[in-house]
Amino acid sequence: MTDSSTVLIDARGLKKVYGRPGDKAGFTAVDGIDFQVRRGEAFGVLGANGAGKSSTMRMIACVSPVTAGSLRILGYDSGTDGARIRARLGVVPQDDTIDTELTVRENLLIYGRYFGLPWKVLRERSSRLLEFTRLSEKADDAVATLSGGMRRRLTIARALINEPEIVLLDEPTTGLDPQARHLLWERLFQLKQDGVTLLLTTHYMDEAEQLCDRLVVMDAGKIVAEGTPAELIARYTLREVLELRFAPGERQTMTDKCRGLAERMEELPDRLLLSTDNGEETLSAVHRQGVQPLTALVRRSSLEDVFLTLTGRSLLD
Amino acid sequence: MDTLARAFSAPAFRELGYWLFRYRRTWRGSIVISIGNPLLFLTALGLGLGTLVDREDSAYLHGHSYLTFILPGILIAGVMQTAFLEASGPVMQSALPRGSYRAAASTPLEPTGILYGHLMYWTLRATQNAVLFVCVSMFFGTVDPARAPLLVLIAVLVAVAFAAPAAAWAVTVSRPSQINAMFRFVVLPLYMFSGTFFPIEQLPVPLQWVAWATPLWHGVDLGRTVALGTATPYGVLVHIGYLSVMVVAGLYVARRTYRRKLYV
Repeated sequence: MTDSSTVLIDARGLKKVYGRPGDKAGFTAVDGIDFQVRRGEAFGVLGANGAGKSSTMRMIACVSPVTAGSLRILGYDSGTDGARIRARLGVVPQDDTIDTELTVRENLLIYGRYFGLPWKVLRERSSRLLEFTRLSEKADDAVATLSGGMRRRLTIARALINEPEIVLLDEPTTGLDPQARHLLWERLFQLKQDGVTLLLTTHYMDEAEQLCDRLVVMDAGKIVAEGTPAELIARYTLREVLELRFAPGERQTMTDKCRGLAERMEELPDRLLLSTDNGEETLSAVHRQGVQPLTALVRRSSLEDVFLTLTGRSLLD
Repeated sequence: MDTLARAFSAPAFRELGYWLFRYRRTWRGSIVISIGNPLLFLTALGLGLGTLVDREDSAYLHGHSYLTFILPGILIAGVMQTAFLEASGPVMQSALPRGSYRAAASTPLEPTGILYGHLMYWTLRATQNAVLFVCVSMFFGTVDPARAPLLVLIAVLVAVAFAAPAAAWAVTVSRPSQINAMFRFVVLPLYMFSGTFFPIEQLPVPLQWVAWATPLWHGVDLGRTVALGTATPYGVLVHIGYLSVMVVAGLYVARRTYRRKLYV
């Protein structure tokens, strides 16, 4: 059903500068990035706040003109064929634009009208989508009564009203509680199974690992790495990480004692991370040095560590 | 039929559809206001103030009763005020990051379609207000039924002439206080000093010049001269020309400000 060789989004040298053209004080949010998204893929853009993720998303959604480079979506040019592209996109923005004066179902209906879809089609689709997003019971309620997770699911239902080929999700689970996040992931996974191409930005590692077939890591407007989650972890980290926490007064002395015990060491505000191929061995070495952490945890390396290695910063900074 | 169906599925009509869909919730209240408003004015200014004014013949009123004189003024000034209010606050709100314009902009609609759709809505609302106002006035015998349709057309022209520039400006605004300031320092003085309640010939000459330059005076004078049967072809042309320039200039600027705001 899906032809994985078809490139649906093709960005080359993509650049976004805010401010007037030629203005030297302009702010470069996206600085010449290249990437391709293929049909049926779940593609992630991982990065800290301000890395250029949302600017990239807005350009792909054709609501933000490209400053330089080329951006082709579904075979069309984003600059000249915006309306035609948007007709086949589903957009889940970071700030949801749900109409709080309408009911849940009315939000779907009226949004569908923007696509020129007939009422009959919309009535059928909205019932189906409310079921898909587990909102059927809330169909005739005011939007104001929805929880954060329900609102986000409504935004997703709305984004699917035109049966889009690509769904853009800008930080879909930011601000949601764990239960709401898991339900959302499960629904997004289902969409992926149905062959919908997903493009999502996130600053949550677990989200990227759960959902993305392939991802790029962005930092300061540039792509610093690209690959599957497993590839990135293998390429940029050692197998395990030893996390140590210290009593406030002892941090510096203890940290100094740990130097040289692991191939790579990252100091975070609240803990010390030692990258190693064998966490237990490193922990023994730490103890032999007379280091007495409050807590010690050995875990497998994750995308968080990839990000730390690549940027020297934690994602949630 | 097919062409008609296609025309109505044009992007601007989809945006109009959104506003009409929302209007379903408030239309009853809005009709009560549209009828109540002229009733209040007619009672207070006709039976109240008018009785006082009409006690002595004023040359400025050219033999008309005060009520007959101010009625077109109140209609036009009221339409202007409503047009400003509907094209400022809601436009600002809609253009905010969570606003309805943002939702529409992520669909095939372009900023121009969004603008035209919303403008059609204001036009319909102004038509509704003007028709009801004129009907109430005819009931009181203060408007000649033969001239009533013309008065409605003029009111709608004035509404668009104010809504277009108001929207062009409001889409760039991000704080409600700016809209309040504009209302207090521009719209209300216009309402008071554009000949709505008194002939501007009563003002000192320098102020008369100011009044002639203001857009609302052109609307009020056009409405009043047509309603009282004193219109001259030259006056009508100047007034319609002035208001049309406002429509065209307002739309010209609004198309740009909408695009700049929605496509960052």
